[in-house]
Amino acid sequence: MSATPPVIELRDGAVAIAGRPIVRHVDLAVSSGEFVALMGANGSGKSTLVRALTGLRPLATGSLRLFDTPLDSFHDWQRIGFVPQRGGAASGVPASVWEVVASGRLTRRRLLRPLGRADRAAIDDALEVVGLADRAKVGVSTLSGGQQQRVLIARALAGEPELFFLDEPTAGVDLPNQQALADALGTLSDRGATVVLVAHELGPMAPLIDRAVVMRDGRVAYDGPPLTSEQVATAHLDLHTHDHGHHHRDHEQHHHDHAPHVSSLLDGDR
Amino acid sequence: MTPPMSDFLDLLGLPFMQRAMIAAVFTGLAAPAVGTYLVQRRQALMGDGIGHVAVTGVALGLLTHTSPTWTAVLVAVAGAILIEIIRERGHTNGDVALALLFYGGLAGGVLLTGLANDSGARLQTYLFGSIVSIAISDVIVTMVLAAVVVLICIGLAPQLFAVAQDQEFAQVAGLNIRLYNLMVAVLAAVSVTVAMRTVGLLLVSALMVVPVATAQQVTRSFRTTLGAAMVLGTVASLGGLLISAYTSTAFDARVTPGPTIVLLALAGFALAWPVGIWLRSQRRLQTPFPVVPAVPHEVADEHAHEHGSDCGHVAVPHGDHVDYVHDGHRHAVHGKHYDEH
Ligand SMILES: Nc1ncnc2c1ncn2[C@@H]1O[C@H](COP(=O)(O)OP(=O)(O)OP(=O)(O)O)[C@@H](O)[C@H]1O
Ligand SMILES: [Mg+2]
Repeated sequence: MSATPPVIELRDGAVAIAGRPIVRHVDLAVSSGEFVALMGANGSGKSTLVRALTGLRPLATGSLRLFDTPLDSFHDWQRIGFVPQRGGAASGVPASVWEVVASGRLTRRRLLRPLGRADRAAIDDALEVVGLADRAKVGVSTLSGGQQQRVLIARALAGEPELFFLDEPTAGVDLPNQQALADALGTLSDRGATVVLVAHELGPMAPLIDRAVVMRDGRVAYDGPPLTSEQVATAHLDLHTHDHGHHHRDHEQHHHDHAPHVSSLLDGDR
Repeated sequence: MTPPMSDFLDLLGLPFMQRAMIAAVFTGLAAPAVGTYLVQRRQALMGDGIGHVAVTGVALGLLTHTSPTWTAVLVAVAGAILIEIIRERGHTNGDVALALLFYGGLAGGVLLTGLANDSGARLQTYLFGSIVSIAISDVIVTMVLAAVVVLICIGLAPQLFAVAQDQEFAQVAGLNIRLYNLMVAVLAAVSVTVAMRTVGLLLVSALMVVPVATAQQVTRSFRTTLGAAMVLGTVASLGGLLISAYTSTAFDARVTPGPTIVLLALAGFALAWPVGIWLRSQRRLQTPFPVVPAVPHEVADEHAHEHGSDCGHVAVPHGDHVDYVHDGHRHAVHGKHYDEH
């Protein structure tokens, strides 16, 4: 386990949006092959953290390494797959399901080269996994919201990534298709892929999870064995985080007598 | 009727008309190619904004007695990059950025033309197009620029498509978003100036957007939309030129090509629109019903009607059989009666 460096290594990461600190003091190391569920209430900073981990949002402070490479010099983007939260797959011009999924192969295609046989096979596989193989030629804008979500999942699958970020991929997806996606992620995970999954309800994914990370108000409130959705709501009260041992409850209570002090769990660092 | 027809054929043989036809074909191919990406990004009015900025460029060329084509290219590219930067920074929304350049470009152009005194009439030719007065050097510039635009739009289609479809996904896929965004802006500026001689700066956007709007009435994929828009653009551009040339000779009327091209493109849209509505409803009606198990067996109410291949009810595939759509119900043959599906 300790022989290979972590796939994701974020040290003291902070993200500010328009100058306002949103995510603070996050230390997160995810090792190869791990299946991590990122949980927490609405607005707790899960998407912001994922966007920082994919390089979409710059870190205000801290350092991020992906596959043991600093983000600034990381160029192996074909190793990363991303399903954004509630994207919607439609745009101003008709696009077929197949075309949107095919854009997931871009990470592996060189400029000005047509799609190869391997590309087509990966696209067909991805469509098969999300159960949309028979809709490949249909325009995406005519699909339902859940079906469009499945198109976006297929797009990420088509790139055959080693590290997967899925931001609430199953929101609005029915149970059989959640199961199908869980099976696909299970297969990928067995092949050694690393998965970071943002979810409120784990549903059929629950057996796959190795570890849960719970965000609360921009900070990691829990990092440990998998939790149920009910436990997530109260996870911050226990605070048995592995590497945040200093945030103990008795420690906070000790300071409560001093009026001007703001609870360290809630205040930003500046 | 013979004399006008032979006059018309004679006209087609004249060098200025042949130059005009070449310019029309190249413009008709390039403008909708860029237009497809602009429409995909929901920036259909970008061409208009750049067109207005280019007015200042043309006026600058007239004022300084340099080539208005090249000053227009430079100013339009600068304007397009400015629009893109304002949009990216997100300080103002894209719409407002466009509007500001609209007004600034037009006002600047008219002001500069006033300073140049005698060039008002020449500015007019750029505002509404003057394809038949195009010089050989302008034809060559048009051909080269249009060819570059078309090659980039087709060659980099996968990348440009992905960036326009979902910018964040494209960024995580490792594409240089800013580069591609600027590329689209510059391509738009170049095709505006290419189309300037054909349809004029004030109508340029029509040739970029209308063929795309027409194509997407009947298409379902991006690739066919792009291809069909380019074909439609060429047909409108060349067709409009020929119609105006023919009516000018036959009826001795002054029919300018620019507006004719735009009106022909709009006529195409007017034809495609009802076809599109009909096609979409047909597709929706005939999409196979999904195969779902465990629906209780329910026999349809008695009805004397017998469904068949041409009974007038839409037959929709449903797994291994067909359902007939009948008064909002789905009837499937089951022995001697019909089941509700
Ligand atoms: N573009 C933005 N501009 C300003 N504030 C933002 C922006 N995006 C997110 N925030 C703020 O950052 C905080 C965290 O948002 P984030 O989207 O990361 O939450 P989340 O945990 O993903 O929530 P959800 O479960 O609803 O997806 C919220 O308080 C939100 O208001
Ligand atoms: Mg979120």
